[in-house]
Amino acid sequence: MPAPIRLRELIRTIRTARTQAEEREMIQKECAAIRSSFREEDNTYRCRNVAKLLYMHMLGYPAHFGQLECLKLIASQKFTDKRIGYLGAMLLLDERQDVHLLMTNCIKNDLNHSTQYVQGLALCTLGCMGSSEMCRDLAGEVEKLLKTSNSYLRKKAALCAVHVIRKVPELMEMFLPATKNLLSEKNHGVLHTSVVLLTEMCERSPDMLSHFRKLVPQLVRILKNLIMSGYSPEHDVSGISDPFLQVRILRLLRILGKGDDDSSEAMNDILAQVATNTETSKNVGNAILYETVLTIMDIKSESGLRVLAINILGRFLLNNDKNIRYVALTSLLKTVQTDHNAVQRHRSTIVDCLKDLDVSIKRRAMELSFALVNGNNIRGMMKELLYFLDSCDPEFKADCASGVFLAAEKYAPSKRWHIDTIMRVLTTAGSYVRDDSVPNLIQLITNSVEMHAYTVQRLYKALLDDISQQPLVQVASWCIGEYGDLLVSGQCEEEEPIQVTEDEVLDVLEGLLVSNLSTPVTRGYSLTAIMKLSTRFSSVNRIKKVVSIYGSSIDVELQQRAVEYNALFKKYDHMRPALLERMPIMEKTATNGPTEIVQTNGETEPSVVETKHLPPVTQPANQANDLLDLLGGNDVPVIQTTMPTKPASAGGELLDLLGDLSLSGGPTPAPAPSVPSSQPSFLLDGLSSQPLFNDIATAAIPPMTAYNKNGLKIDFTFERANPNPNVAVITIHASNSADADMTEFVFQAAVPKTFQLQLLSPSSNVVPALNQGTVTQVIRVLNPQKQQLRMRIKLTYTLKGSPVQDLAEVNNFPPQSWQ
Amino acid sequence: MLLFSRQGKLRLQKWYTATAERDKKKMVRELMQIVLARKPKMCSFLEWRDLKIVYKRYASLYFCCAIEEQDNELITLEVIHRFVELLDKYFGSVCELDIIFNFEKAYFILDEFLMGGEIQDTSKKSVLKAIEQADLLQEEDESPRSVLEEMGLA
Repeated sequence: MPAPIRLRELIRTIRTARTQAEEREMIQKECAAIRSSFREEDNTYRCRNVAKLLYMHMLGYPAHFGQLECLKLIASQKFTDKRIGYLGAMLLLDERQDVHLLMTNCIKNDLNHSTQYVQGLALCTLGCMGSSEMCRDLAGEVEKLLKTSNSYLRKKAALCAVHVIRKVPELMEMFLPATKNLLSEKNHGVLHTSVVLLTEMCERSPDMLSHFRKLVPQLVRILKNLIMSGYSPEHDVSGISDPFLQVRILRLLRILGKGDDDSSEAMNDILAQVATNTETSKNVGNAILYETVLTIMDIKSESGLRVLAINILGRFLLNNDKNIRYVALTSLLKTVQTDHNAVQRHRSTIVDCLKDLDVSIKRRAMELSFALVNGNNIRGMMKELLYFLDSCDPEFKADCASGVFLAAEKYAPSKRWHIDTIMRVLTTAGSYVRDDSVPNLIQLITNSVEMHAYTVQRLYKALLDDISQQPLVQVASWCIGEYGDLLVSGQCEEEEPIQVTEDEVLDVLEGLLVSNLSTPVTRGYSLTAIMKLSTRFSSVNRIKKVVSIYGSSIDVELQQRAVEYNALFKKYDHMRPALLERMPIMEKTATNGPTEIVQTNGETEPSVVETKHLPPVTQPANQANDLLDLLGGNDVPVIQTTMPTKPASAGGELLDLLGDLSLSGGPTPAPAPSVPSSQPSFLLDGLSSQPLFNDIATAAIPPMTAYNKNGLKIDFTFERANPNPNVAVITIHASNSADADMTEFVFQAAVPKTFQLQLLSPSSNVVPALNQGTVTQVIRVLNPQKQQLRMRIKLTYTLKGSPVQDLAEVNNFPPQSWQ
Repeated sequence: MLLFSRQGKLRLQKWYTATAERDKKKMVRELMQIVLARKPKMCSFLEWRDLKIVYKRYASLYFCCAIEEQDNELITLEVIHRFVELLDKYFGSVCELDIIFNFEKAYFILDEFLMGGEIQDTSKKSVLKAIEQADLLQEEDESPRSVLEEMGLA
């Protein structure tokens, strides 16, 4: 068999291939030759073949059949073989292949080899790809080498130890004794790797950290020597002595000084020295300064030092080098929380960075700008940020828009400014705005009562210009629906009122309905808006016509709405003004709250309470299913207080509820008429401003005790909801006679299939001890079939730190409650 | 550490974490795509997955390193530069072809300079000396045979 071709030959040949196919052919031929050569177990050329295989592997071709050959090479006595063998092992093998364990013995032998370069190879391989099993087996050898006097081996052993610790953290203890003298080395290589080893140990174990704190003075001394010593050609980089070592020491100091006053104090001087003396003309100097700044920020440094650090960062920002600016912005972002004022000083530079061409820098600058916004600079900053929003890439727009909203909410100097800003965002980046901002905006607008006319006017004008941005359109149509009368009457105080007729407004809204640009959600908004205008405008017939057209729309949502509105016109015209009245001011929910604000008129009060008590209320909703299971798998439609959040306009929500509550659901018109007769008591009872159905007549139903155990007593009192005799309103009173409060009290109930249950939020979830107070909660039970009321209740609470859960059946309802 | 050409050909790859072959290939492809798409004036750092990528272009080769969140990007640039200097000293004005034809030597140099992702020795001189010595050992391995052969061949 002719001698296999040399590596260089192969490389040359493959490079002459002009197409991918040609290359593949050559490689396959060569692979076949190599395979047969391997089969012949020829020692002489194995090295060459494996080298060729490695080359082909780099090109992307499979080379796994060479793995065993690598092992054979490692076992060989020749240095050349070993070199290629270990290289192959590092490239082709990793801990996922079982084959790698065979290497362990070879490595062990080589770790004790007479030639240091062989030992070095073994350490290197172990340190790069050693698996945890290998590390466990060989840790002892590595530890031995860590103590040798040969600095070449010592440095390698140190890094190998780092790898071992990363793989098998438990072995850290083993290396502890060897670390004693590491820092007294003169050899920079050993020093550097030792510092890395110490860093790794300190990062992983707080015990080690406290153990090594005593090294701080030594480290400071070494660093000082580095800076003060003269030119050392061996370690010099652009005039700075061994920057790599300096950076590593600074990093270790950072870890040691964090949270510890004494160490931090010991470092103050040297840090100040490094910060002031380092040359900043080259990247090296800046690298060291960067590390210094990071260290100063992390340890408990004195304030003068911190200001120095921030000023360094400020200088970085002005540097021409992009990398440095990027690094500065990143660090400032980390420190802006703690040293807010100092960072504020550099605000203008940061804002300038918004205009930079580099994407990474822009992103950082944007984040930092938002962090720096406060009451004083809001106007100026917002101008810049809005300008940025206009011109930035789409990937930024969503984040920027949300940021603008948040900032505006927190620091808006005036309502008008706030609304203007929002308008600006909607018109420029409307389609990138997040979905949940629409309800937030609507709520904001509702709350700024005096701005209604101004707002609706501006929104109307915006709509005339452009109807493609859905969030804008949705907010605008909602507003027009609510405040259309203000728009038409031209009442705006803030700016020049425009003359708009009712027909024009209806034109615009109808335009939205038919436009291809409108999403189904938007169409829903505009239909509801049109409907609302029926009470505010006089051209009711036109509205009636529009609504009836959509009664046969293909879109199920639109159809349902249209049909219900139709019904409203026909049969319930007397209710129309009440239902479509202006929305009351909504309470602010938690800032990141989901669209709970879309609670309807009826639910404003419960919704306020319930968003604050969100955890307990949603729990019953989820755990109702448990109760249902208990009742023998009956699917009781428990009406949940958290209404399904539909991104529908709040006004329409009321009627949607009517639709939802219909027992059969779905877009059939039939339930619509029947629903109002049995349900209004639920909704309209809650309407604070609608005393349409007067006071709930309290029938004389005797109260009862539903549960009395372990100190917890639950009483039921009854009321009959008028006029619907099928609805019983039960108020539970929970009292606690134990000597400790019952916290996290949750009351849940389930009823059999023929009933419907609605649970409102409790007055509180802490039942005070010793009967000092009661928790009340209202339950409404619909009992159309007049069956005997039964209920299963589940109580959970925490008493004296331990959670308690109990189930009970309540069967002793007085007959009057359900007859 | 990755080295690749402007045409997207990989010249050297060193992984310091255990990764499946398939994932390696995917990552290399992704990284190459991202880095090659960068314009010349842009900054040398970018974020990718949960790592930071530091890259620098030397002539026709891109040197690309992935570092962790807490590592210093600027010093990584220096590490890359040091590696290039080592290659330069060893090969004498290194160019891409040198690395292509002597890739195993490039690996040896890298393995003498870095281990487990960390620098072994901050002195250029000692790294180069070690490589030289190792090369000598390699030659000694090969030369006795030829000397003996010469002597044997009368």
